[in-house]
Amino acid sequence: MDRYADIVISGILAGGIGRILLLRADYRQYPSYPRGYVTHLVLGLIAAALGAIAVPALIEKEYTAVTFLALAAQQFRDIRSLERESLERIDKSELVPRGDCYIEDIAKTFEARNYIAMLTALITSLSTYYFKNAGTGLGFGAATFLIVQYSLRGQLVKDIAEVVKGEISFEGPLMKVDGVVIMNVGNAVAREKYLSRAIAARIIPRDDNARATLGNIGQRLAIQHNAAIQLGIRKDVDEPEFTPVARRNTENGEIVMAIFSVEPDVECLIEAIRRTPVLESSKRKPLDSPAGRKAAD
Amino acid sequence: MGTEFKECILAVVTTNRDKVLGSAAPVFFAENDEERERVSLLIGKATKGMVHDLENGCYIIVKH
Repeated sequence: MDRYADIVISGILAGGIGRILLLRADYRQYPSYPRGYVTHLVLGLIAAALGAIAVPALIEKEYTAVTFLALAAQQFRDIRSLERESLERIDKSELVPRGDCYIEDIAKTFEARNYIAMLTALITSLSTYYFKNAGTGLGFGAATFLIVQYSLRGQLVKDIAEVVKGEISFEGPLMKVDGVVIMNVGNAVAREKYLSRAIAARIIPRDDNARATLGNIGQRLAIQHNAAIQLGIRKDVDEPEFTPVARRNTENGEIVMAIFSVEPDVECLIEAIRRTPVLESSKRKPLDSPAGRKAAD
Repeated sequence: MGTEFKECILAVVTTNRDKVLGSAAPVFFAENDEERERVSLLIGKATKGMVHDLENGCYIIVKH
């Protein structure tokens, strides 16, 4: 076993470090710290161990080891449903919910991170074995990690659209942002609050792909949620009129949104929207199809 | 798990009786605009519903 120690340890180390680097508790506070962290660290280490041990097993001609990797894949799929379930439960207690698409995206990300840890560990232990040097193996592991991480990086709204300041106006009870009707606000006090203290933004898609992606309701919910948690929302459960709603201008696919935030700083709203991730499950690419391309010109 | 009604009219508050013909939701008659404003706000708060103005003297409270 000793002769494999280098291989296994370097693999677990690289995979484990990779998983730690992927754990960040930012403004989303997910995974939650500290208990959520423990769960993901332990699962990441298990993934790394599985990847690292596969190489010595194959050297020993224990081909059944591959079935363990299949088993691991099954386990990690369970992580996705576990995350989904827990996020769906949390979402009910949010003033501005994330929405199912955002939840699905987060769950998918967590599943993928375990595969990244496993792959990093596998490549590390493989190159440690091949070059007979743990240092080289760790170098290859780091390179794998960076390449995978780079290729998996998602787009942000700013990559597909322009975000500018919007103007709130009322036509009778109908609240409009840049001429697009958002909702019917019957309460005069709420209308007054919107006019005096709320801020608004307009998201202008760069092309037809962006137009289709931003039109997706899940994507819009994600934008609303992100804006609300970053700027703070002035709303309680009995004030549905202050829920930020992103509406679509059906003429040109632009999205407009008004928010009654704690910090009425429109620059911050624009930045929060610009930095919202483009959801994997909302992404559409009509321009990649012959019909879509033809219709676009 | 409880069942929740969504997108349905919970109540109608009006200053003009002639505009509402029978309704599944309760109809509240208000003497003037101020009372209509106040009553609809109170119902909205109690039911977590949103007040919408139909611009014909009627306000509806809708659960979204």
